Amino acid sequence: MLSTLYAVLFYIATILLIVGTGMKVLKYARTPAPLKIPVSPAPRTRAGVVQRMGREVTMFESLFKSNRWIWIFAILFHYGMLLVLLRHLRYFTQPVWWWVELIQPFGVYAGFVMVLGLLGLLARRIVVNRIRYISNPSDYLMLLLLIGIGVTGLSMKFLMPVDILMVKQFFLGLMRFQINELPMQPGVLIHLGLVAILMIIFPISKLMHAPGLFFAPSRTQVDNAREFRHMSAWASQLEDLPESIPTEEGK
Amino acid sequence: MARLEIDENGTEKYVVRDPFHIPDMECGAMADTNSFKAAPDHNEDLGFPGELLENWQEVAIAKMGELAKKNRAFQVYLDTCVKCGACTDKCHFFLGTGDPKNMPVARQDLLRSVYRRYYTFAGKYFPWLVGARDLTKEVLDEWYTYYHQCSQCRRCSVACPYGIDTAEISMAAREILDSVGVGQKYCNEIIAKLKKTGNNLGLNPKALRATLEDLEEDLEDETGIPVKLPLDVKGADILLITPSADFFAEPHIDGLLGYAKVFHAAGVSWTISSYASEAANFGMFIGSYENMREVSWRIRQAAKDLGVKRIVFGECGHAWRVGYSFLNTLAGPFDFLDQSYPIPQHIMEFTSDAIDAGILKIDKSRNDEFIMTYHDSCNVARGSAMGRKEGGQFDLPRKVIKAVVNNFHDMERDTIRENTFCCGGGGGLLTDDLMDLRIKGAKPRMTALQQVTADHGVTHMAAICAICKTQFSKVMPKYGYEMDNIMSVHQLVANAVILDGQETEQDDAPETVAAGE
Ligand code: HEM
Ligand code: SF4
Ligand code: SF4
Ligand code: SF4
Repeated sequence: MLSTLYAVLFYIATILLIVGTGMKVLKYARTPAPLKIPVSPAPRTRAGVVQRMGREVTMFESLFKSNRWIWIFAILFHYGMLLVLLRHLRYFTQPVWWWVELIQPFGVYAGFVMVLGLLGLLARRIVVNRIRYISNPSDYLMLLLLIGIGVTGLSMKFLMPVDILMVKQFFLGLMRFQINELPMQPGVLIHLGLVAILMIIFPISKLMHAPGLFFAPSRTQVDNAREFRHMSAWASQLEDLPESIPTEEGK
Repeated sequence: MARLEIDENGTEKYVVRDPFHIPDMECGAMADTNSFKAAPDHNEDLGFPGELLENWQEVAIAKMGELAKKNRAFQVYLDTCVKCGACTDKCHFFLGTGDPKNMPVARQDLLRSVYRRYYTFAGKYFPWLVGARDLTKEVLDEWYTYYHQCSQCRRCSVACPYGIDTAEISMAAREILDSVGVGQKYCNEIIAKLKKTGNNLGLNPKALRATLEDLEEDLEDETGIPVKLPLDVKGADILLITPSADFFAEPHIDGLLGYAKVFHAAGVSWTISSYASEAANFGMFIGSYENMREVSWRIRQAAKDLGVKRIVFGECGHAWRVGYSFLNTLAGPFDFLDQSYPIPQHIMEFTSDAIDAGILKIDKSRNDEFIMTYHDSCNVARGSAMGRKEGGQFDLPRKVIKAVVNNFHDMERDTIRENTFCCGGGGGLLTDDLMDLRIKGAKPRMTALQQVTADHGVTHMAAICAICKTQFSKVMPKYGYEMDNIMSVHQLVANAVILDGQETEQDDAPETVAAGE
């Protein structure tokens, strides 16, 4: 019964995540940028922009330059989470891919790193009064949600082991549209419930920063306004202005 | 960075000199600092309603939605902020005033909270969760106050991991305000004036001609050579577009004389246009594409009418942003100009090329009374570029300065180049009603200047923005400098350049700066 509920929950969450994020990304992609606004100094070529974005995505370059503490915690959290997510691929693949096997030992400890990073970010949010000032309840809850996911995940590994094979059967089943039993243990149920919530709120929350980053004109535009004329669809539709100086004016 | 210093009486004291000093937050510190609102006819001149509309709330919300559809930056920036806080200590207005609403993310949130309420799922159904709020008259007033405490300098955008640019949000907010009939006097009055006379000052062609003739006389008195400041000369090679402050304000005029000398020495024919006698484009400050386009378009018309081959911009910060980054979009294509030069070109690029070509005879010692530093104007630094290499907007002005002065010291690294602190008067804030804000906003820049004065004895600062120059000449006296301690870069050039046949007091032959030096 509960297994069926979780199965339905995950189908819905997956659809909302993919469709919701997809729609937002489409919206960003379709919204025109009327002017060239790269924050300079900016690369003069597309290849340069790819490098700039590469550094932003993999190293959080701007954050590194602007705030070292946030950067440290952000890197711990995001890279921890990345490893954790990759490690989780083992529950969706049979046989498990070789490189997923390879990162397995690191993946486990990455969970701690991720939670550590999150706790650091939470502490800053509470302790630094400037950041407390700009925080809304949702900002705290987002961190708590992720910490909750991390802690329940780690507890299944180190405190109250669960039947991980059953969990894997459940997810492999979902991928073939059949519902297998989940182990009825609170750790698993809470962990999976929180993950489903995260997936559902992803497209309607600030988590859209991940795809949004790739659509920020200030970082993604090439600095070549003088060489190439940049036009947006709506702007090219504006009424023509007179080509020569109107005679009654100014003379 | 507190340091022990000994003053002239021999007493020791600790002086705090830290441009990055983060003040204690003081809620509402600047809540009552407002610039005057525009009179109805000035709003109407720009195509906006004269007074606050009856259904302003509806119109404002609709306008917000429209802007989100028309401008990717606005849409993406509203969605992606994670409230990490990296930008919170980057704004000179927060550092100078301590008002938390002057922290960039808090400034964005004034509008984001309303956007969330009307345009997002979470804000519609769980407003308390995401800090969403209704658009009330108080909120509208708050927008007016704090979006006119942003100089659109983009320093926060450099710090943000997603490049979120508060300037874009500020511009959008001002456009929304204008669209419901709440305009700012300073900006709207000036744009209206420009549309009537061709410049922000309302200077008519006759007065402009008289001014230029006076300056020609001054130049001839100084050099003994008839250096011209041509106006409306058809068939000239170069159309100079320069801020109208260059025609009458100090130290701007001295910069204009510098351009004239460089053009003269380079032997090019050039002209100013009375129809487009303004580089500044306040349409940018109010976020209005249409107004910005209309103002820019005059440059196209003047270039066609005069039949010039090139366009060169004088020293002006936001004008160069519009010129470099937007002009091609707004008033292009410029297929009728000579394609072998950048369109438009900055006077700094022109002078730099002239130096490389060895055309200018320079006597650096004529600037020996000054120990210089350079203020990177933020619109040039973060909104445009110069030359062919990335970062040319930082290197070219320094190269030109170093070619004409012997004593130059940069201010602290994190207060210059892409991290430069705004002068505190940009973005449509250069009005007396905001003087308190301007003085406070200048504090980080002034503190960095005081540092190099203490360390290297710097006496003067050069800039290439008309607004910066006016702002500094007003606020520097509050920080222990004279109003003429701010200089135009081309003023330094004018001092050092020696024209062919010019009689000089000194006997020693001027050195010629050769190519590549
Ligand atoms: C392209 C991938 C991503 C990039 C480049 C990226 C980058 C960043 C950066 C630079 C920050 C600001 C620093 C900080 O506060 O930690 C941040 C914050 C955050 N990210 Fe990501 N992120 C990505 C993907 C994700 C994903 C997939 C999630 C969650 C499932 C996520 C969750 C968060 C959260 C919750 C915060 C806010 C932390 C806080 O409250 O301080 N990120 N991200
Ligand atoms: S653009 Fe400049 S003035 Fe405006 S919030 Fe950012 S740092 Fe402050
Ligand atoms: S740095 Fe960017 S993401 Fe972080 S709080 Fe400021 S605007 Fe938001
Ligand atoms: S006036 Fe000068 S420093 Fe200030 S906003 Fe403009 S360019 Fe920037």
